[in-house]
Amino acid sequence: MDITSLTAVELGKKIKAKEISVVDAVKASIVQIEKMEKDVHSFVTIDKEGALKRAEEVQKLIDHGTLTGPLAGVPVAIKDNMCTKDMLTTCSSKILGNFKPTFTAEAVLNLERAGAVIIGKTNMDEFAMGSTTETSYYGETKNPWNLNHVPGGSSGGSCAAVAAEECPYALGSDTGGSIRQPSSFCGVVGIKPTYGTVSRYGLIAYGSSLDQIGPIAKDVADCATILEAIASHDPKDSTSIAREKYDFTSALVEDVEGMKIGIPKDYFGDGLDKEVKEKILEAVKVLEEKGAIVEEFDLSLVQYAIPAYYVIASAEASSNLSRFDGVKYGYRTQEYEGLHNMYKKTRSEGFGAEVKRRIMLGSFVLSSGYYDAYYLKALRTKALIKQAFDNAFAKYDVIIAPASPTTAPELGKSLSDPLKMYLGDIYTISVNLAGLPGISIPVGTDSKGLPVGMQIIGNCFEENKIIRVAYTFEQTRTYERPELVKEGR
Amino acid sequence: MANKISDETIEYVGILAKLELSGEEKENAKADMEKMLDYIDTLNELDTEGIEPMSHVFPVHNVFREDVVVNGDGSKDTLANAPLMKDNSFKVPKTIG
Repeated sequence: MDITSLTAVELGKKIKAKEISVVDAVKASIVQIEKMEKDVHSFVTIDKEGALKRAEEVQKLIDHGTLTGPLAGVPVAIKDNMCTKDMLTTCSSKILGNFKPTFTAEAVLNLERAGAVIIGKTNMDEFAMGSTTETSYYGETKNPWNLNHVPGGSSGGSCAAVAAEECPYALGSDTGGSIRQPSSFCGVVGIKPTYGTVSRYGLIAYGSSLDQIGPIAKDVADCATILEAIASHDPKDSTSIAREKYDFTSALVEDVEGMKIGIPKDYFGDGLDKEVKEKILEAVKVLEEKGAIVEEFDLSLVQYAIPAYYVIASAEASSNLSRFDGVKYGYRTQEYEGLHNMYKKTRSEGFGAEVKRRIMLGSFVLSSGYYDAYYLKALRTKALIKQAFDNAFAKYDVIIAPASPTTAPELGKSLSDPLKMYLGDIYTISVNLAGLPGISIPVGTDSKGLPVGMQIIGNCFEENKIIRVAYTFEQTRTYERPELVKEGR
Repeated sequence: MANKISDETIEYVGILAKLELSGEEKENAKADMEKMLDYIDTLNELDTEGIEPMSHVFPVHNVFREDVVVNGDGSKDTLANAPLMKDNSFKVPKTIG
Protein backbone atom coordinates (compact mmCIF):
# COMPACT_ATOMS: atom_id res chain seq x y z
CA MET A 1 0.00 0.00 0.00
CA ASP A 2 1.07 3.51 -0.80
CA ILE A 3 1.15 5.03 2.69
CA THR A 4 2.52 8.45 1.79
CA SER A 5 -0.22 9.20 -0.72
CA LEU A 6 -2.87 8.97 2.03
CA THR A 7 -4.29 12.06 3.67
CA ALA A 8 -3.64 12.52 7.39
CA VAL A 9 -7.17 11.50 8.31
CA GLU A 10 -7.05 8.40 6.05
CA LEU A 11 -3.73 7.38 7.57
CA GLY A 12 -5.06 8.00 11.09
CA LYS A 13 -8.01 5.69 10.36
CA LYS A 14 -5.77 2.90 9.11
CA ILE A 15 -3.55 3.25 12.17
CA LYS A 16 -6.60 3.05 14.39
CA ALA A 17 -7.83 -0.03 12.53
CA LYS A 18 -4.36 -1.60 12.98
CA GLU A 19 -3.89 -1.86 9.22
CA ILE A 20 -0.76 0.27 9.47
CA SER A 21 1.49 0.61 12.50
CA VAL A 22 2.73 3.99 13.64
CA VAL A 23 6.31 2.87 13.06
CA ASP A 24 5.46 1.88 9.48
CA ALA A 25 3.77 5.24 8.91
CA VAL A 26 6.87 7.06 10.16
CA LYS A 27 9.19 4.80 8.16
CA ALA A 28 7.19 5.48 5.00
CA SER A 29 7.67 9.22 5.53
CA ILE A 30 11.38 8.76 6.15
CA VAL A 31 11.80 6.73 2.95
CA GLN A 32 9.94 9.40 0.98
CA ILE A 33 12.05 12.16 2.60
CA GLU A 34 15.21 10.31 1.58
CA LYS A 35 13.88 10.10 -1.96
CA MET A 36 12.74 13.72 -2.25
CA GLU A 37 15.09 15.85 -0.17
CA LYS A 38 17.97 15.99 -2.64
CA ASP A 39 15.60 17.65 -5.12
CA VAL A 40 13.11 19.51 -2.98
CA HIS A 41 14.91 20.35 0.29
CA SER A 42 11.83 20.97 2.42
CA PHE A 43 13.54 20.35 5.73
CA VAL A 44 16.10 22.11 7.89
CA THR A 45 16.11 19.29 10.45
CA ILE A 46 14.99 15.68 10.06
CA ASP A 47 14.65 13.69 13.29
CA LYS A 48 14.50 10.06 12.18
CA GLU A 49 15.59 8.54 15.50
CA GLY A 50 13.35 10.74 17.61
CA ALA A 51 10.38 10.09 15.34
CA LEU A 52 10.85 6.31 15.41
CA LYS A 53 11.19 6.30 19.19
CA ARG A 54 8.11 8.47 19.57
CA ALA A 55 6.24 6.23 17.10
CA GLU A 56 6.65 3.27 19.42
CA GLU A 57 5.42 5.28 22.40
CA VAL A 58 2.39 6.54 20.48
CA GLN A 59 1.60 3.02 19.25
CA LYS A 60 1.45 1.85 22.89
CA LEU A 61 -0.88 4.71 23.81
CA ILE A 62 -3.13 3.83 20.88
CA ASP A 63 -3.08 0.14 21.82
CA HIS A 64 -3.99 1.04 25.41
CA GLY A 65 -6.89 3.14 24.20
CA THR A 66 -5.36 6.33 25.62
CA LEU A 67 -5.05 7.97 22.22
CA THR A 68 -8.17 7.72 20.11
CA GLY A 69 -8.20 10.89 18.01
CA PRO A 70 -8.03 11.13 14.21
CA LEU A 71 -4.39 12.25 14.12
CA ALA A 72 -2.97 9.70 16.56
CA GLY A 73 0.19 8.21 15.12
CA VAL A 74 0.25 10.41 12.02
CA PRO A 75 3.64 12.02 11.23
CA VAL A 76 3.83 15.80 10.95
CA ALA A 77 6.41 18.38 9.92
CA ILE A 78 6.65 21.68 11.79
CA LYS A 79 7.77 25.00 10.35
CA ASP A 80 11.09 25.90 11.88
CA ASN A 81 9.81 29.00 13.67
CA MET A 82 7.86 26.97 16.22
CA CYS A 83 9.77 25.95 19.31
CA THR A 84 10.21 22.23 19.81
CA LYS A 85 11.83 21.14 23.06
CA ASP A 86 15.38 19.86 22.60
CA MET A 87 14.99 19.95 18.81
CA LEU A 88 16.83 22.51 16.70
CA THR A 89 14.64 25.56 15.94
CA THR A 90 16.48 27.89 13.58
CA CYS A 91 13.88 30.14 11.90
CA SER A 92 16.09 29.35 8.89
CA SER A 93 18.54 31.93 10.27
CA LYS A 94 22.23 31.76 11.03
CA ILE A 95 21.57 33.60 14.28
CA LEU A 96 19.57 30.64 15.67
CA GLY A 97 21.71 27.99 14.01
CA ASN A 98 22.31 26.08 17.25
CA PHE A 99 19.17 26.95 19.22
CA LYS A 100 17.43 24.10 21.02
CA PRO A 101 14.37 25.43 22.87
CA THR A 102 13.64 24.40 26.43
CA PHE A 103 9.93 24.17 25.74
CA THR A 104 7.47 23.34 22.95
CA ALA A 105 5.07 25.76 21.29
CA GLU A 106 1.48 25.37 22.50
CA ALA A 107 0.10 24.52 19.05
CA VAL A 108 2.70 21.78 18.67
CA LEU A 109 2.00 20.52 22.20
CA ASN A 110 -1.67 20.31 21.28
CA LEU A 111 -0.71 18.12 18.32
CA GLU A 112 1.47 15.95 20.52
CA ARG A 113 -1.43 15.52 22.91
CA ALA A 114 -3.41 14.31 19.90
CA GLY A 115 -0.71 11.72 19.20
CA ALA A 116 1.26 13.41 16.42
CA VAL A 117 4.79 12.25 15.63
CA ILE A 118 7.13 15.11 14.67
CA ILE A 119 9.33 14.03 11.81
CA GLY A 120 11.27 17.26 11.36
CA LYS A 121 11.37 21.01 10.99
CA THR A 122 10.69 22.65 7.68
CA ASN A 123 12.55 25.32 5.77
CA MET A 124 11.20 28.85 5.53
CA ASP A 125 12.17 32.37 4.62
CA GLU A 126 14.46 33.65 7.35
CA PHE A 127 12.24 34.67 10.29
CA ALA A 128 9.25 34.24 7.91
CA MET A 129 10.29 37.34 5.96
CA GLY A 130 9.87 36.57 2.30
CA SER A 131 7.55 35.04 -0.26
CA THR A 132 9.77 32.40 -1.86
CA THR A 133 11.72 30.49 0.86
CA GLU A 134 14.84 31.80 -0.87
CA THR A 135 15.91 33.96 2.08
CA SER A 136 16.62 30.85 4.18
CA TYR A 137 20.21 30.69 5.44
CA TYR A 138 20.08 26.94 4.81
CA GLY A 139 19.40 27.09 1.09
CA GLU A 140 16.26 27.37 -0.97
CA THR A 141 13.39 24.89 -1.12
CA LYS A 142 12.22 23.91 -4.59
CA ASN A 143 8.69 23.48 -5.84
CA PRO A 144 7.87 19.76 -6.25
CA TRP A 145 5.75 20.65 -9.30
CA ASN A 146 8.75 22.12 -11.09
CA LEU A 147 12.17 22.17 -9.48
CA ASN A 148 13.12 25.38 -11.31
CA HIS A 149 10.39 27.25 -9.48
CA VAL A 150 10.00 28.48 -5.91
CA PRO A 151 7.54 26.81 -3.51
CA GLY A 152 6.39 30.22 -2.29
CA GLY A 153 6.87 31.43 1.22
CA SER A 154 7.41 31.88 3.90
CA SER A 155 6.03 28.40 4.80
CA GLY A 156 7.54 27.02 1.58
CA GLY A 157 9.20 24.06 3.29
CA SER A 158 5.95 22.94 4.94
CA CYS A 159 3.95 23.21 1.69
CA ALA A 160 6.62 21.53 -0.43
CA ALA A 161 6.92 18.70 2.12
CA VAL A 162 3.18 18.02 1.91
CA ALA A 163 3.14 18.25 -1.92
CA ALA A 164 6.18 15.94 -2.13
CA GLU A 165 4.37 13.56 0.26
CA GLU A 166 7.28 13.65 2.70
CA CYS A 167 4.68 13.99 5.45
CA PRO A 168 0.87 13.83 5.41
CA TYR A 169 0.53 17.29 6.90
CA ALA A 170 2.49 20.19 8.31
CA LEU A 171 2.12 23.33 10.37
CA GLY A 172 2.89 26.73 8.90
CA SER A 173 2.51 30.30 10.04
CA ASP A 174 0.92 33.18 8.18
CA THR A 175 1.75 36.85 8.76
CA GLY A 176 0.92 38.26 5.32
CA GLY A 177 0.02 35.16 3.32
CA SER A 178 2.77 32.75 4.34
CA ILE A 179 0.45 29.73 4.53
CA ARG A 180 -1.98 30.57 1.73
CA GLN A 181 0.48 31.66 -0.96
CA PRO A 182 2.87 28.67 -0.76
CA SER A 183 -0.14 26.34 -0.44
CA SER A 184 -1.37 27.82 -3.70
CA PHE A 185 2.05 27.46 -5.38
CA CYS A 186 2.43 23.84 -4.24
CA GLY A 187 -1.12 22.68 -4.97
CA VAL A 188 -2.05 21.90 -1.36
CA VAL A 189 -4.63 23.21 1.10
CA GLY A 190 -3.71 25.68 3.85
CA ILE A 191 -5.74 27.62 6.40
CA LYS A 192 -4.85 30.86 8.14
CA PRO A 193 -7.27 30.93 11.08
CA THR A 194 -8.89 33.99 12.69
CA TYR A 195 -6.27 35.87 14.70
CA GLY A 196 -6.20 34.54 18.25
CA THR A 197 -7.56 31.08 17.40
CA VAL A 198 -4.27 29.21 17.66
CA SER A 199 -1.87 30.10 20.48
CA ARG A 200 1.28 31.93 19.42
CA TYR A 201 3.10 30.78 22.56
CA GLY A 202 6.38 29.35 21.31
CA LEU A 203 5.99 30.75 17.81
CA ILE A 204 9.07 32.91 17.28
CA ALA A 205 7.44 36.25 16.60
CA TYR A 206 7.74 38.25 13.39
CA GLY A 207 4.72 40.59 13.37
CA SER A 208 2.89 39.66 16.57
CA SER A 209 -0.39 41.38 15.72
CA LEU A 210 -0.57 39.49 12.42
CA ASP A 211 1.07 36.07 13.01
CA GLN A 212 -1.16 32.98 13.12
CA ILE A 213 -0.27 29.30 12.99
CA GLY A 214 -2.33 27.09 10.71
CA PRO A 215 -2.56 23.67 9.03
CA ILE A 216 -1.25 22.62 5.60
CA ALA A 217 -2.45 19.31 4.10
CA LYS A 218 -3.71 17.57 0.98
CA ASP A 219 -7.38 18.29 1.54
CA VAL A 220 -9.93 20.36 3.40
CA ALA A 221 -10.98 17.55 5.74
CA ASP A 222 -7.41 17.22 6.97
CA CYS A 223 -7.09 20.96 7.51
CA ALA A 224 -10.34 21.15 9.50
CA THR A 225 -9.26 18.17 11.62
CA ILE A 226 -5.81 19.62 12.28
CA LEU A 227 -7.22 23.05 13.10
CA GLU A 228 -9.54 21.41 15.61
CA ALA A 229 -6.49 19.83 17.26
CA ILE A 230 -4.25 22.91 17.40
CA ALA A 231 -6.79 25.62 18.28
CA SER A 232 -7.14 26.42 21.96
CA HIS A 233 -7.50 29.27 24.39
CA ASP A 234 -4.08 29.66 25.93
CA PRO A 235 -3.54 31.97 28.91
CA LYS A 236 0.16 32.05 28.00
CA ASP A 237 -0.70 34.05 24.87
CA SER A 238 -2.49 37.24 25.91
CA THR A 239 -3.95 37.63 22.40
CA SER A 240 -5.41 34.12 22.45
CA ILE A 241 -9.19 34.23 22.29
CA ALA A 242 -11.63 31.95 24.11
CA ARG A 243 -13.88 30.96 21.23
CA GLU A 244 -17.37 29.66 21.75
CA LYS A 245 -16.73 26.70 19.48
CA TYR A 246 -13.68 24.74 18.42
CA ASP A 247 -15.57 22.38 16.17
CA PHE A 248 -14.41 22.76 12.58
CA THR A 249 -15.02 19.28 11.18
CA SER A 250 -18.79 19.67 11.40
CA ALA A 251 -18.41 22.18 8.54
CA LEU A 252 -17.27 19.42 6.17
CA VAL A 253 -20.59 19.52 4.39
CA GLU A 254 -21.15 19.47 0.64
CA ASP A 255 -23.70 22.25 0.43
CA VAL A 256 -23.42 25.87 -0.63
CA GLU A 257 -27.10 26.30 -1.52
CA GLY A 258 -28.04 29.90 -0.88
CA MET A 259 -24.61 30.95 0.40
CA LYS A 260 -23.62 34.42 -0.71
CA ILE A 261 -20.21 34.71 -2.31
CA GLY A 262 -18.68 38.14 -2.92
CA ILE A 263 -16.16 38.61 -5.72
CA PRO A 264 -14.11 41.78 -5.12
CA LYS A 265 -13.71 43.40 -8.55
CA ASP A 266 -10.56 45.12 -7.34
CA TYR A 267 -8.93 41.68 -6.82
CA PHE A 268 -9.50 40.62 -10.42
CA GLY A 269 -8.14 43.64 -12.30
CA ASP A 270 -4.69 44.68 -13.51
CA GLY A 271 -1.76 42.61 -12.38
CA LEU A 272 -3.66 39.34 -12.14
CA ASP A 273 -2.38 36.63 -14.46
CA LYS A 274 -4.98 35.74 -17.08
CA GLU A 275 -4.79 31.98 -16.53
CA VAL A 276 -5.02 32.35 -12.75
CA LYS A 277 -8.08 34.54 -13.20
CA GLU A 278 -9.74 32.03 -15.54
CA LYS A 279 -9.13 29.09 -13.23
CA ILE A 280 -10.58 30.90 -10.24
CA LEU A 281 -13.63 32.18 -12.08
CA GLU A 282 -14.23 28.63 -13.38
CA ALA A 283 -14.18 27.39 -9.79
CA VAL A 284 -16.57 30.14 -8.74
CA LYS A 285 -18.86 29.02 -11.57
CA VAL A 286 -18.84 25.50 -10.12
CA LEU A 287 -19.94 26.86 -6.76
CA GLU A 288 -22.65 28.90 -8.48
CA GLU A 289 -23.92 25.77 -10.20
CA LYS A 290 -24.10 24.16 -6.78
CA GLY A 291 -26.47 26.85 -5.60
CA ALA A 292 -24.28 29.63 -4.28
CA ILE A 293 -25.27 33.21 -5.04
CA VAL A 294 -22.32 35.00 -6.60
CA GLU A 295 -22.04 38.76 -6.83
CA GLU A 296 -19.28 41.17 -7.76
CA PHE A 297 -18.57 44.15 -5.51
CA ASP A 298 -16.00 46.84 -4.77
CA LEU A 299 -13.98 46.04 -1.66
CA SER A 300 -11.94 49.27 -1.94
CA LEU A 301 -8.63 50.25 -0.30
CA VAL A 302 -6.88 47.24 -1.82
CA GLN A 303 -3.81 49.23 -2.89
CA TYR A 304 -3.22 50.47 0.66
CA ALA A 305 -2.93 47.07 2.32
CA ILE A 306 0.67 46.38 1.31
CA PRO A 307 2.17 49.73 2.41
CA ALA A 308 0.25 49.56 5.71
CA TYR A 309 1.40 45.98 6.23
CA TYR A 310 5.08 46.72 5.65
CA VAL A 311 5.00 49.56 8.15
CA ILE A 312 3.23 47.51 10.83
CA ALA A 313 5.03 44.19 10.26
CA SER A 314 8.47 45.83 10.03
CA ALA A 315 7.82 47.92 13.14
CA GLU A 316 6.83 44.83 15.11
CA ALA A 317 9.74 42.85 13.66
CA SER A 318 12.27 45.49 14.68
CA SER A 319 11.02 45.18 18.24
CA ASN A 320 10.57 41.39 18.27
CA LEU A 321 13.99 40.67 16.80
CA SER A 322 15.81 42.84 19.31
CA ARG A 323 16.00 39.76 21.53
CA PHE A 324 18.63 38.22 19.25
CA ASP A 325 21.72 39.82 20.69
CA GLY A 326 24.25 37.05 21.20
CA VAL A 327 23.66 36.78 24.96
CA LYS A 328 20.98 34.21 25.74
CA TYR A 329 20.96 31.87 22.76
CA GLY A 330 22.14 31.39 19.23
CA TYR A 331 25.09 32.88 17.44
CA ARG A 332 27.63 35.28 18.94
CA THR A 333 30.33 36.99 16.89
CA GLN A 334 33.87 35.79 17.53
CA GLU A 335 35.69 39.07 18.09
CA TYR A 336 34.30 42.19 19.69
CA GLU A 337 35.14 45.16 21.83
CA GLY A 338 32.62 45.75 24.58
CA LEU A 339 28.93 44.98 24.85
CA HIS A 340 27.43 47.20 22.15
CA ASN A 341 29.99 46.21 19.59
CA MET A 342 29.20 42.57 20.41
CA TYR A 343 25.46 43.17 19.89
CA LYS A 344 26.00 44.96 16.58
CA LYS A 345 28.50 42.52 15.13
CA THR A 346 26.47 39.50 16.24
CA ARG A 347 23.29 40.81 14.63
CA SER A 348 25.01 42.05 11.48
CA GLU A 349 26.67 38.68 10.92
CA GLY A 350 23.67 36.63 12.10
CA PHE A 351 20.83 38.18 10.10
CA GLY A 352 20.39 38.00 6.32
CA ALA A 353 19.72 40.92 3.98
CA GLU A 354 15.90 40.79 3.98
CA VAL A 355 15.72 40.60 7.78
CA LYS A 356 18.09 43.56 8.12
CA ARG A 357 16.05 45.51 5.56
CA ARG A 358 12.87 45.06 7.58
CA ILE A 359 14.52 45.77 10.93
CA MET A 360 15.92 49.01 9.49
CA LEU A 361 12.57 50.06 8.05
CA GLY A 362 10.81 49.14 11.28
CA SER A 363 13.29 51.06 13.42
CA PHE A 364 12.85 54.08 11.13
CA VAL A 365 9.04 54.18 11.18
CA LEU A 366 9.02 53.87 14.97
CA SER A 367 11.66 56.53 15.51
CA SER A 368 10.87 59.87 17.02
CA GLY A 369 9.55 62.28 14.43
CA TYR A 370 8.27 59.55 12.09
CA TYR A 371 6.08 57.49 14.43
CA ASP A 372 2.89 59.46 13.77
CA ALA A 373 3.44 59.92 10.06
CA TYR A 374 4.17 56.27 9.36
CA TYR A 375 3.26 53.91 12.19
CA LEU A 376 0.04 55.55 13.38
CA LYS A 377 -0.97 56.29 9.79
CA ALA A 378 -0.63 52.58 9.01
CA LEU A 379 -2.71 51.63 12.07
CA ARG A 380 -5.42 54.06 10.95
CA THR A 381 -5.34 52.52 7.48
CA LYS A 382 -5.70 49.12 9.09
CA ALA A 383 -8.88 50.34 10.83
CA LEU A 384 -10.29 51.43 7.47
CA ILE A 385 -9.41 48.11 5.83
CA LYS A 386 -11.13 46.25 8.66
CA GLN A 387 -14.17 48.47 8.12
CA ALA A 388 -14.20 47.64 4.39
CA PHE A 389 -14.28 43.92 5.22
CA ASP A 390 -16.99 44.47 7.84
CA ASN A 391 -19.11 46.14 5.17
CA ALA A 392 -18.48 43.25 2.77
CA PHE A 393 -19.37 40.58 5.32
CA ALA A 394 -22.60 42.37 6.09
CA LYS A 395 -23.61 41.26 2.59
CA TYR A 396 -21.63 38.08 1.90
CA ASP A 397 -20.90 34.82 3.68
CA VAL A 398 -17.48 34.50 2.09
CA ILE A 399 -15.23 36.41 -0.30
CA ILE A 400 -13.39 34.58 -3.07
CA ALA A 401 -10.08 35.84 -4.46
CA PRO A 402 -6.85 34.54 -5.92
CA ALA A 403 -4.21 33.53 -3.36
CA SER A 404 -1.53 35.11 -5.53
CA PRO A 405 -1.50 37.13 -8.78
CA THR A 406 0.63 34.49 -10.53
CA THR A 407 1.64 30.87 -10.19
CA ALA A 408 5.06 30.11 -8.67
CA PRO A 409 7.86 32.25 -10.14
CA GLU A 410 11.18 30.78 -11.21
CA LEU A 411 13.95 30.48 -8.64
CA GLY A 412 16.25 33.48 -8.44
CA LYS A 413 13.84 35.95 -10.00
CA SER A 414 12.27 37.56 -6.94
CA LEU A 415 14.83 38.79 -4.42
CA SER A 416 16.51 41.42 -6.59
CA ASP A 417 13.46 43.68 -6.44
CA PRO A 418 11.94 43.46 -2.93
CA LEU A 419 9.11 45.88 -3.65
CA LYS A 420 7.98 43.81 -6.62
CA MET A 421 8.09 40.69 -4.45
CA TYR A 422 6.01 42.44 -1.78
CA LEU A 423 3.35 43.27 -4.39
CA GLY A 424 2.79 39.53 -4.88
CA ASP A 425 1.13 39.47 -1.45
CA ILE A 426 -1.65 41.83 -2.52
CA TYR A 427 -4.53 39.36 -2.11
CA THR A 428 -3.42 37.83 1.17
CA ILE A 429 -2.08 40.70 3.26
CA SER A 430 -5.31 42.55 4.03
CA VAL A 431 -6.72 39.34 5.54
CA ASN A 432 -3.99 39.47 8.19
CA LEU A 433 -4.52 43.16 8.82
CA ALA A 434 -8.21 42.50 9.45
CA GLY A 435 -7.56 39.32 11.50
CA LEU A 436 -9.77 37.22 9.20
CA PRO A 437 -9.61 33.50 8.40
CA GLY A 438 -8.63 32.44 4.88
CA ILE A 439 -8.07 29.16 3.09
CA SER A 440 -6.25 28.40 -0.16
CA ILE A 441 -7.34 25.37 -2.16
CA PRO A 442 -6.03 24.07 -5.49
CA VAL A 443 -8.29 24.71 -8.48
CA GLY A 444 -6.12 23.29 -11.27
CA THR A 445 -2.91 24.11 -13.08
CA ASP A 446 -1.82 26.71 -15.62
CA SER A 447 -0.31 26.00 -19.06
CA LYS A 448 3.13 25.62 -17.42
CA GLY A 449 1.71 22.85 -15.25
CA LEU A 450 1.95 24.92 -12.06
CA PRO A 451 -0.89 24.87 -9.50
CA VAL A 452 -3.35 27.72 -9.09
CA GLY A 453 -4.82 28.39 -5.65
CA MET A 454 -8.18 29.92 -4.85
CA GLN A 455 -8.49 31.88 -1.63
CA ILE A 456 -11.74 31.85 0.31
CA ILE A 457 -11.93 34.53 2.99
CA GLY A 458 -14.40 34.52 5.86
CA ASN A 459 -15.48 36.92 8.55
CA CYS A 460 -13.78 36.65 11.94
CA PHE A 461 -14.62 33.35 13.70
CA GLU A 462 -16.38 32.04 10.59
CA GLU A 463 -13.87 29.38 9.60
CA ASN A 464 -16.76 26.99 9.22
CA LYS A 465 -18.14 28.92 6.27
CA ILE A 466 -14.86 28.90 4.34
CA ILE A 467 -14.35 25.24 5.18
CA ARG A 468 -17.83 24.41 3.89
CA VAL A 469 -17.33 26.29 0.62
CA ALA A 470 -13.84 24.82 0.13
CA TYR A 471 -15.04 21.30 0.91
CA THR A 472 -17.97 21.62 -1.48
CA PHE A 473 -15.71 22.71 -4.32
CA GLU A 474 -13.17 20.01 -3.50
CA GLN A 475 -15.78 17.28 -4.01
CA THR A 476 -15.89 18.21 -7.70
CA ARG A 477 -12.26 17.38 -8.41
CA THR A 478 -9.57 14.87 -7.53
CA TYR A 479 -6.33 15.72 -5.77
CA GLU A 480 -3.51 16.30 -8.26
CA ARG A 481 -0.01 15.07 -7.47
CA PRO A 482 3.22 16.51 -8.90
CA GLU A 483 4.91 14.38 -11.61
CA LEU A 484 8.00 14.16 -9.43
CA VAL A 485 5.99 12.35 -6.78
CA LYS A 486 4.19 10.09 -9.25
CA GLU A 487 7.49 9.16 -10.92
CA GLY A 488 9.18 8.59 -7.59
CA ARG A 489 7.58 5.21 -7.10
CA MET B 1 7.21 63.07 -3.30
CA ALA B 2 10.62 61.43 -3.35
CA ASN B 3 12.09 60.57 0.01
CA LYS B 4 15.75 61.25 0.62
CA ILE B 5 17.55 59.39 3.38
CA SER B 6 20.69 61.16 4.56
CA ASP B 7 23.91 59.52 5.78
CA GLU B 8 23.07 60.78 9.28
CA THR B 9 19.63 59.16 9.20
CA ILE B 10 20.92 55.78 8.08
CA GLU B 11 23.62 56.01 10.76
CA TYR B 12 20.98 56.80 13.38
CA VAL B 13 18.66 54.00 12.24
CA GLY B 14 21.64 51.62 12.38
CA ILE B 15 22.11 52.58 16.03
CA LEU B 16 18.41 52.02 16.80
CA ALA B 17 18.43 48.71 14.94
CA LYS B 18 21.73 47.65 16.52
CA LEU B 19 23.13 46.78 13.12
CA GLU B 20 26.58 47.56 11.82
CA LEU B 21 26.35 48.11 8.08
CA SER B 22 29.27 48.21 5.67
CA GLY B 23 29.59 51.17 3.29
CA GLU B 24 27.91 49.24 0.50
CA GLU B 25 25.16 47.94 2.78
CA LYS B 26 24.47 51.50 3.90
CA GLU B 27 24.07 52.71 0.35
CA ASN B 28 21.76 49.79 -0.44
CA ALA B 29 19.77 50.40 2.75
CA LYS B 30 19.33 54.05 1.80
CA ALA B 31 18.10 53.16 -1.68
CA ASP B 32 15.78 50.43 -0.34
CA MET B 33 14.35 52.67 2.32
CA GLU B 34 13.79 55.59 -0.04
CA LYS B 35 11.93 53.32 -2.44
CA MET B 36 9.80 51.77 0.32
CA LEU B 37 8.98 55.14 1.86
CA ASP B 38 7.93 56.52 -1.52
CA TYR B 39 5.61 53.57 -1.79
CA ILE B 40 4.37 53.86 1.80
CA ASP B 41 3.63 57.54 1.15
CA THR B 42 0.68 56.43 -1.01
CA LEU B 43 -1.10 56.06 2.34
CA ASN B 44 -1.21 59.87 2.42
CA GLU B 45 -3.87 59.74 -0.30
CA LEU B 46 -6.18 58.34 2.37
CA ASP B 47 -8.09 60.64 4.64
CA THR B 48 -7.68 59.11 8.09
CA GLU B 49 -8.77 62.18 10.01
CA GLY B 50 -10.65 61.12 13.13
CA ILE B 51 -9.88 57.40 12.64
CA GLU B 52 -8.51 55.72 15.75
CA PRO B 53 -5.26 53.81 15.15
CA MET B 54 -6.14 50.10 15.37
CA SER B 55 -3.40 48.14 17.07
CA HIS B 56 -5.59 45.10 17.59
CA VAL B 57 -8.53 43.88 15.53
CA PHE B 58 -10.53 42.68 18.52
CA PRO B 59 -11.35 44.69 21.62
CA VAL B 60 -8.90 42.82 23.82
CA HIS B 61 -7.53 44.26 27.02
CA ASN B 62 -4.61 43.61 29.25
CA VAL B 63 -4.81 40.14 30.73
CA PHE B 64 -4.04 40.07 34.43
CA ARG B 65 -3.38 37.03 36.56
CA GLU B 66 -1.90 36.15 39.92
CA ASP B 67 1.85 35.72 39.74
CA VAL B 68 1.93 32.02 40.48
CA VAL B 69 4.96 29.94 39.58
CA VAL B 70 3.93 27.05 37.36
CA ASN B 71 7.28 25.94 36.00
CA GLY B 72 10.30 24.59 37.81
CA ASP B 73 13.85 25.88 37.81
CA GLY B 74 14.84 25.80 34.17
CA SER B 75 18.04 27.78 34.54
CA LYS B 76 20.36 24.91 33.67
CA ASP B 77 18.51 24.11 30.43
CA THR B 78 18.20 27.78 29.56
CA LEU B 79 21.89 28.43 30.11
CA ALA B 80 22.75 25.47 27.91
CA ASN B 81 21.80 27.67 24.94
CA ALA B 82 24.03 30.57 26.01
CA PRO B 83 26.97 31.34 23.72
CA LEU B 84 29.06 31.88 26.86
CA MET B 85 28.26 31.25 30.52
CA LYS B 86 29.99 31.52 33.85
CA ASP B 87 28.91 30.68 37.41
CA ASN B 88 25.36 29.79 36.41
CA SER B 89 24.97 33.11 34.56
CA PHE B 90 25.15 34.49 31.04
CA LYS B 91 28.61 35.81 30.34
CA VAL B 92 28.73 39.17 28.59
CA PRO B 93 31.48 41.71 27.90
CA LYS B 94 32.16 44.27 30.62
CA THR B 95 29.22 46.68 30.70
CA ILE B 96 30.30 49.34 33.22
CA GLY B 97 33.67 51.03 32.99
